[in-house]
Amino acid sequence: MKEIRIHGRGGQGSVVLAEMLGIAAFMEGKYCLAFPYLGGGGERRGAPVQGFARIDDQPVKVREKIQNPDYVIIQDTSIMDVVDVFHGIRENGTVIVNTSEKEFKCPRSDLKVVAVDASRIAMEALGRPIMNTALLGAFAKVTGEISIESVEATIRGRFEDELIDGNLKAALDTYNAVQL
Amino acid sequence: MGKTVKVMEGSMAVANAIRSCKTDVIAAYPISPQTHIVEYLSDFAANGELNGKYINVDSEFSASSFVYGASATGARSYTASSSQGLLLMTEVLYNIAGSRLPLVMTGVNRTVSPPISIQPDHQDTMTLRDVGFIQLHVESIQEAYDTHIQAFRIAEDHNVLLPVMVCMDGWILTHAYEPVTIFDDADVYKFVGGPIKPYQKMDPFDEKPVNYGCYADEDKLMEFKYLIMEAHKNAEKVIEDVALEYKETFGHFAGGLIDAYRTEDADVILVGMGSVTGTIRCAVDELRAEGKKVGLLKIRSFRPFPGRQIAAACAGARVVGVIDKALSLGYGGVLGAEVKEALCNQKNAPAVKDYIAGIGGKEVNRAVIKDIFADAEKVTKENILDQEVMYVNLNRQFVE
Repeated sequence: MKEIRIHGRGGQGSVVLAEMLGIAAFMEGKYCLAFPYLGGGGERRGAPVQGFARIDDQPVKVREKIQNPDYVIIQDTSIMDVVDVFHGIRENGTVIVNTSEKEFKCPRSDLKVVAVDASRIAMEALGRPIMNTALLGAFAKVTGEISIESVEATIRGRFEDELIDGNLKAALDTYNAVQL
Repeated sequence: MGKTVKVMEGSMAVANAIRSCKTDVIAAYPISPQTHIVEYLSDFAANGELNGKYINVDSEFSASSFVYGASATGARSYTASSSQGLLLMTEVLYNIAGSRLPLVMTGVNRTVSPPISIQPDHQDTMTLRDVGFIQLHVESIQEAYDTHIQAFRIAEDHNVLLPVMVCMDGWILTHAYEPVTIFDDADVYKFVGGPIKPYQKMDPFDEKPVNYGCYADEDKLMEFKYLIMEAHKNAEKVIEDVALEYKETFGHFAGGLIDAYRTEDADVILVGMGSVTGTIRCAVDELRAEGKKVGLLKIRSFRPFPGRQIAAACAGARVVGVIDKALSLGYGGVLGAEVKEALCNQKNAPAVKDYIAGIGGKEVNRAVIKDIFADAEKVTKENILDQEVMYVNLNRQFVE
């Protein structure tokens, strides 16, 4: 089983990103479970949000929050003041972080850190800084857990017509921009 | 059997079940504490995918009153709410069950304030345990979908004629996404028996018009309540039969009144309801791999309460632990009390210990469940009376 934890803020599409990770994995014949955690009163823009996704060859029965993720996606680095985003990440795990800075300080040397300027790419592709589909493309490139074809099909199935092209562009641009 | 398998939100799966059963009347209050279930149903109604009438009302009291009236006229009716919203319905829910009206509702399990919270536990539907509704708890999104379809069959059975509340954990199930198999509308509609066949209808043009909500004195009032108790007894068999027929028709089975998992030779059995049973299942598998004789007893039907079936499933165990996600304040865990009652007069009854867990969404993961199993293992009939109820992971710094 592979476990993914997403840290974002309300309005950045963290929950939808978890859902899309599940759909993309399901398209590749795997089972999945995706769910959110919204503390502090729920659906408010700007409030810290966690999205969780599990991908497995077997149906997923366990419903606990993900404590020891293989992968962490940080949508908004400003959240790191209030949330320990590195908590419990598996040894040699991977962190994908949305940042414009080249140097991203990670407190653990065993983790692989990939910085992506997903907000800028999303802004260019969508005209809005909603970076979840950009990060979906990054996840496909960095982890290989899902293919870019599944990402495309997921976006086509998930969004209304007028939003598909922009989100596809955001995912593909990030996929191509990420240097491994 | 035509079917679609799709990654779907729990609320969407339930909305699909309600749509496929061709529910005639849906009434709901759309503001917190509500879920996407009724939002999706209102979409279906607006898009013409649902032939029934969707009514937006001004409170949960109105929502329950609307479906009360609709069901009395013979319409297949549905509503849903959560926490405070469910409690606001309370008076009407007594009337619905007391009038023997077979509607279906979803009780999305969330805690009851104060403090204000949106997190899941079982306090809301547990508070409604005495209103006369059948209460079925579900473990997964798939079981939520399947159980809502079964619920109409159970409710509308003329040997039952009781409303059914399907209880599903808020967030953990309603807001989660997983692959769900949904069956073709025609097959689902056939399974529920086509159009509702009311036992009687409130219809002024009927040859023999009937009245609801009439007066009774001591000569008849207990008799009304007695008949509800009898209907719950009848429901035990109907719940099991419908679950088996569903299995034959659609191939899905998640238990009848209960679902016992690896309990046959278990020394310690953990009893639970709802989504936590999925996580317990995984913990049981991991502990079994270490050679521990542990098992899970999932209670699917909380009302009617399957005391005999619980006693039979636990007969060989030495200790039974109960996960209680609700409190009767001033007493303790309700489920624990009822499991004790079911076992206390049995020969060689196991010791029972209550674990208050998951209140206000407090995490109950595999590590917590393994701690509970480890604690339960140390319980004996000799030391159980000296043991307090355990408030699992109580944050001592806030209470001392």
